[in-house]
Amino acid sequence: MKFFIYLSNYFSNRETIQEIFLIPVIATLLAIFLGLLLLIVSGSSTQIALTALVALFTGSFGSLSAISETFTAATPLIFAALGIAVGFRAGLFNIGAEGQIILGGMAAVVIGFSFQLPFAIHLIIILLSGALFGAFYAFIAGWLKATTGAHEVITTIMLNLIAYRLLDFFLRMPAIQKEGRNDPISKSIFETAELPRILYLLDPNLRVHMGFLIAIVAVFFVYWLIFHTTIGYEFRAVGKSVEASKYGGINPAITIVLAMSIAGLLAGLAGACQIAGVLGRATPGFSAGIGFDAIAVALLGRAHPIGVLFAGILFGALIAGGRAMQVSANVSLDLITVIQALIIIFIAAPILIRKLFPWIFK
Amino acid sequence: MNTLNKNEIENTKSKRSKIIGLSLIFFGFVIYLFFGLGIEGQATFRLSRPTDPFALPNLILPAHSFIGLSALLIAFFGGRIIMKAPKNFTIFVALSFFLAIAAFLVWATAGKSFSLTGMLQATVVRAVPIALAAMAGIMCERVAVINIGIEGMLLAGAFAGALFGSIFGNLIGLVLAILVGGGFGFILAALVVTFRVDQIIAGVAINIFVLGITSFLTSHLLKSNPELNDAPIFKSIDIPFFSEIPVLGSVFFKHNIFVYFSIFIVIVSTYYLFKTAYGLRARAVGEHPKAAETLGISVIRTRFNHVIIGGMIAGFGGAWFTLGSVGRFDEGMTGGRGFIGLAAMIFGRWHPIGALFAALVFGFADSLQQKLAILRTPIPSEFLAMAPYLVTIIVVAGIVGNAKPPQAIGKAYVKEN
Repeated sequence: MKFFIYLSNYFSNRETIQEIFLIPVIATLLAIFLGLLLLIVSGSSTQIALTALVALFTGSFGSLSAISETFTAATPLIFAALGIAVGFRAGLFNIGAEGQIILGGMAAVVIGFSFQLPFAIHLIIILLSGALFGAFYAFIAGWLKATTGAHEVITTIMLNLIAYRLLDFFLRMPAIQKEGRNDPISKSIFETAELPRILYLLDPNLRVHMGFLIAIVAVFFVYWLIFHTTIGYEFRAVGKSVEASKYGGINPAITIVLAMSIAGLLAGLAGACQIAGVLGRATPGFSAGIGFDAIAVALLGRAHPIGVLFAGILFGALIAGGRAMQVSANVSLDLITVIQALIIIFIAAPILIRKLFPWIFK
Repeated sequence: MNTLNKNEIENTKSKRSKIIGLSLIFFGFVIYLFFGLGIEGQATFRLSRPTDPFALPNLILPAHSFIGLSALLIAFFGGRIIMKAPKNFTIFVALSFFLAIAAFLVWATAGKSFSLTGMLQATVVRAVPIALAAMAGIMCERVAVINIGIEGMLLAGAFAGALFGSIFGNLIGLVLAILVGGGFGFILAALVVTFRVDQIIAGVAINIFVLGITSFLTSHLLKSNPELNDAPIFKSIDIPFFSEIPVLGSVFFKHNIFVYFSIFIVIVSTYYLFKTAYGLRARAVGEHPKAAETLGISVIRTRFNHVIIGGMIAGFGGAWFTLGSVGRFDEGMTGGRGFIGLAAMIFGRWHPIGALFAALVFGFADSLQQKLAILRTPIPSEFLAMAPYLVTIIVVAGIVGNAKPPQAIGKAYVKEN
């Protein structure tokens, strides 16, 4: 009930409706428009650009399987972006989600193929181990920030680069590499460790899995954590002002380490969900830039869990639609990255949007 | 009250020196244990090529005794720090670090031969993009604009260098790469100065944007037209006379224009920032924009100019990746050098010359991993490749507490009417 009161308060103000709704929508549409413009400028015909646009929409929401793909792509984004949002609330910019996803995924793979356990238990252990390793990896950056003041942007980026190398090494280890393969690829996890597909009975090819439901639970958990617990209050206090929070009796060092670890925990879950729900094994590029997309998702959702949920679905749609675009119009998926970057720029510069479309914001 | 505080400070100081001393002793022990035990043979370091006009003899070190001696010296430094609790023990820590690297190199080379000059030369070459990224960072941060987007600007410069270099030749390619870098500098300045976007978010957005657009254009333009991704590279120019000095000649005076221009940029920017009125104004804008504005300096224009110049330096540094080394562009080929450059800037305490030396440290880590791969050490190549990143983390964590950025860093300036 409290939540709905909050929501109605949130929407009662005209300016906030613009802030949380109008600007993201305009930003997204403008970014897609500019992306297609780029496509035309780089030598594709208008015909192809239009095909791409249609594919972008039908590939994301046009059919049941398209929606399933959207939600499948959205799942890890929501997890990782929730983590980044927690970081934002505590004044931390966690660019390390990518590395945390890799660590979480690596742990999940190892647990997934090494033990034969009963179904539910195996699943829980695989997710927990992913979360734990992601949390540990982020803990390093949080600990360095708290004890030495090393800026988390630089340390998390370095930890990302280290994680890529670790993964390369990991996939060539005899205990992990798939038997009889020369390329870096891990063994496959057991079926008992796989996240079941939700719509299996409808059509076994629909890939949307239990992870999506867990992600929605995580959204509400993070909402509760940030807005209704002492820890969440401390996160927000440190995020607003480290100095003021000290006078309020909060230990910023512990808060920073904790916020970073929770961020990593959620990103690690994203990695474990990708392994247990979609991929079933690890390959060199298995993180697929999810950690970076998640930054845009967290910004688009204004670091609010509910916002992250919708932004995650939107970005899932962009990815699913982007893949359809790749197939039908032969447009590289990198165009989606460009669109995502433009969305971040427009969201972060609301003044720019207001200046470009003054008639909408009278 | 005061005396109590003093005692406390003295206590923490001696506690710190005890911790550092003990860890150095432990470190020396570990080095002997890992590298010294059971190692045999001699490490041969080649100092010059037989074709050099003044050939130097090889440096031959007996592996076991050298490593043992280094480990002993490190432990001795540790003991000295504990016993004397000197005020400044940075020098001992630095010496220990140097000895540890030397011991490691000897261990890796034992029974083989290794070109020391070659590695030092590679150090200088590899330091170039890092130093230039650091210079770009200094230009921006001295006027209180954080530029996380340097990585993206490097990548944009690399791409522009490859594309335009292939079409118009390397010189015009280089000029256009600098202009593209400057263009992204302008975009960053517009976002953070005019539209007051959070500086870190703006920088990250630029990084993602450039990564996306260069990858997109690579797959849409360069893959189908390979002739657009085949730029002529700048040949190395030997400086007459100086290049014939043994060791030093090959390390410093046999490079392409990127190395010479980097040193030129370092000198010019040092002079500019600390000896000219414009530099003083720029620093004033970075420290206290309101005061600077009161004195008639336009904060907005100063920030715009410097961020654009920073972008141009980054564009030049980016061109090194293509026009200065391989001539072709690969997706994401900058590999975090922009961020390492920012770490070098912090390590060098926002001073161009300090940043240059920091960049050389990173360049050393970078060339070390590259050259050690040839020696076939038992350390997996993936772990060697982590070296520059680990060094960055250690530097950022170890230095940042003592280093102070410009006062107004990260804050948007709102002009009062």
